[in-house]
Amino acid sequence: MTATPTTLPASVPARSRPGWRRVKKARAPAIKYTALLIFAVIILMPVYILIVTGFKGVAETDPAHAWALPHLWTTSAWRQAWDQLSPNMMNSLELAIPATILSTVLGCLNGFALSKWRFPGANIVFTFFLFGMFIPYQAVMIPLTELLAKLQFPAQLPRLALAHIIYGIPITTLIFRNYYATIPEDLMESSRMDGAGMLRTLWSVVLPISVPAFVVTMIWQFTSIWNDFLFAVFIITDPSQYPVTVALNNTTGSLVSAYDLQMSAALLASLPTLVVYILLGRYFMRGLMAGALKG
Amino acid sequence: MAEIVINGLTKRYPNGFEAVKDLTLDIGEGELLVLVGPSGCGKTTALRMIAGLEEISDGDLYIGGQRMNDVLEKDRDIAMVFQNYALYPHMTVAQNIAFSLKIARRPRAEIKRRVHETAQLLAIEEMLDRRPKQLSGGQRQRVAMGRAIIRQPQVFLMDEPLSNLDAKLRVQMRGEIDALQKRLAVTTVYVTHDQVEAMTMGDRVAVLRDGKLQQVDTPFQIYERPANLFVASFIGSPPMNLAEAAIKQTKDGLTVSLGEAEIAIPHELAARNSLDAWVGKSVIAGIRPEDIYEVTRKTAKLQAAMQVKIDRVEALGASLLGYFSVDAAAPRAESVSAIPAEEVLSEAPLTGTSGTSFCAIFEPRAMLKIGDTTEVALDLSRLHFFDPETDASLLAEDEPEKKKKPEAKKK
Repeated sequence: MTATPTTLPASVPARSRPGWRRVKKARAPAIKYTALLIFAVIILMPVYILIVTGFKGVAETDPAHAWALPHLWTTSAWRQAWDQLSPNMMNSLELAIPATILSTVLGCLNGFALSKWRFPGANIVFTFFLFGMFIPYQAVMIPLTELLAKLQFPAQLPRLALAHIIYGIPITTLIFRNYYATIPEDLMESSRMDGAGMLRTLWSVVLPISVPAFVVTMIWQFTSIWNDFLFAVFIITDPSQYPVTVALNNTTGSLVSAYDLQMSAALLASLPTLVVYILLGRYFMRGLMAGALKG
Repeated sequence: MAEIVINGLTKRYPNGFEAVKDLTLDIGEGELLVLVGPSGCGKTTALRMIAGLEEISDGDLYIGGQRMNDVLEKDRDIAMVFQNYALYPHMTVAQNIAFSLKIARRPRAEIKRRVHETAQLLAIEEMLDRRPKQLSGGQRQRVAMGRAIIRQPQVFLMDEPLSNLDAKLRVQMRGEIDALQKRLAVTTVYVTHDQVEAMTMGDRVAVLRDGKLQQVDTPFQIYERPANLFVASFIGSPPMNLAEAAIKQTKDGLTVSLGEAEIAIPHELAARNSLDAWVGKSVIAGIRPEDIYEVTRKTAKLQAAMQVKIDRVEALGASLLGYFSVDAAAPRAESVSAIPAEEVLSEAPLTGTSGTSFCAIFEPRAMLKIGDTTEVALDLSRLHFFDPETDASLLAEDEPEKKKKPEAKKK
């Protein structure tokens, strides 16, 4: 490289410089997308095996040929997986939907009270809620089982739902509290001056602008309740009441592993969480608060 | 419509800090009272106590003769306009305005009619179906006003409603709010830190500092007869020139020495300020920039003249501000209103010179340049004197009827 470009008067390189910039500009997205593509491939590789293996016959499911496409495409594994898992999928829906809704509603009420009501000691109460998030499920297995038994709470699924609702409260409260902390105090006071009480303010002013918090919380709760295995395996004793995660685990034979069945069952079991993301993600609106205050 | 009586209103926080100290005010029916002061002076806290958003630590609040200390905010029949407008983002303009009536369970037809009337009054009829984020700052301001007006409350409270608007719009909205308030004749308490807003809008102005009421009077009286150094330096732009000066007795009467100038004080002025008691002592003398003239044929009759060297000029078009230094000590910094942060930079070069910087409003075509020496004259009848210890004005507390006179004349 010569010194010429630097010694040129400012008016001269006007022709050459933008061209160079255009190249640089075009290069930046290329690098970005290449990087993203590499990550996507890494993430999707197991999914590829999952899908491909699901379409193979039992004979073809040899780990040595996991990458190969099936010689003979068959849907028998999918049908078998569906027959085997559909009752458990229903159990999981019966568990996850009410538990998600209830724990989200409770989190909403808690978050509102903790951030906007500001009763004395609200911060201490909130700290205790936070502690709840750090309790490992393994640590409470035995006391929880005993408690649920002593409560004479209706057996099986409702019991599991109750456990999930209670253990979901800390995270749902945290999400709502932090979201409500961003709602300006002026808005609440304005509603008070307009004559609305606390509940009316919650209903007419706060809830309509809480959609983003509801979406985040519901995606989070649905996913973690649907995917939970530990609570389900020790709270549920009746195999007919097993949620899908436990049933999926049980597709593993003790001697032979039917990989085709396992793979298709695993994909089936994870579909509902995908659906939740796709459905609710659209409502993941940003900037709903725009316009409430200046700028 | 109701009068507000505030008696010894105090806000004390648990840590002992008093944001508002023993505030006593009577606000008449239909009056617009402006609470003005620098930020942190307690004006917003006082307003929030009237609103019921802040608990009253001490003192009494009466609205329309009824004691309101323990009445819930929603039962006080007060509407408030917030600094940030606080519009409900998910509601249309019409829903925003109608919200309070909806909560009060008014019949639907009545709500519709009143929303329409309010929108008409504020010229926002075409925007009724829009949401706040689709509105400009001025339009949001109008919606916030509409939300207050529609309730037909006893009292309006406004907390710096114009501070988020740009300068031009602020002047326009200032006039509109003032006109609207006169038309509706609702008792209004208006909080601002902008002394121009206070002077132009207020029927009366209450100046607050550190939670304490400094003076409450008509804008004219506040400007003409500031009760102390703080009010004198806070109200008026550019602010009143203030400097230490000595009172001396000569055979012709009293003189005041301001820097090198020895100025004879007219008899009447000396009497009004009871300056006899201050002979041989030091006072703070003050004069407003518009009362300093360049000596020309027109102003020759104003004797007290001083030679000054112009340090800085600001040509504003309609007038020309000239700054010069007077060889006299400035009053204590804690006595006067602090210079707003944004103005400190421009004042900085002047602090290098000894003495106190004075500002004079000259004729726009005075043709003065930096470094020019000119002769200026002071309008002696407009000199102010303050006690350097207590900061209080030396102006004799005269009888109320005498106090009213200049106001009546001017109006």
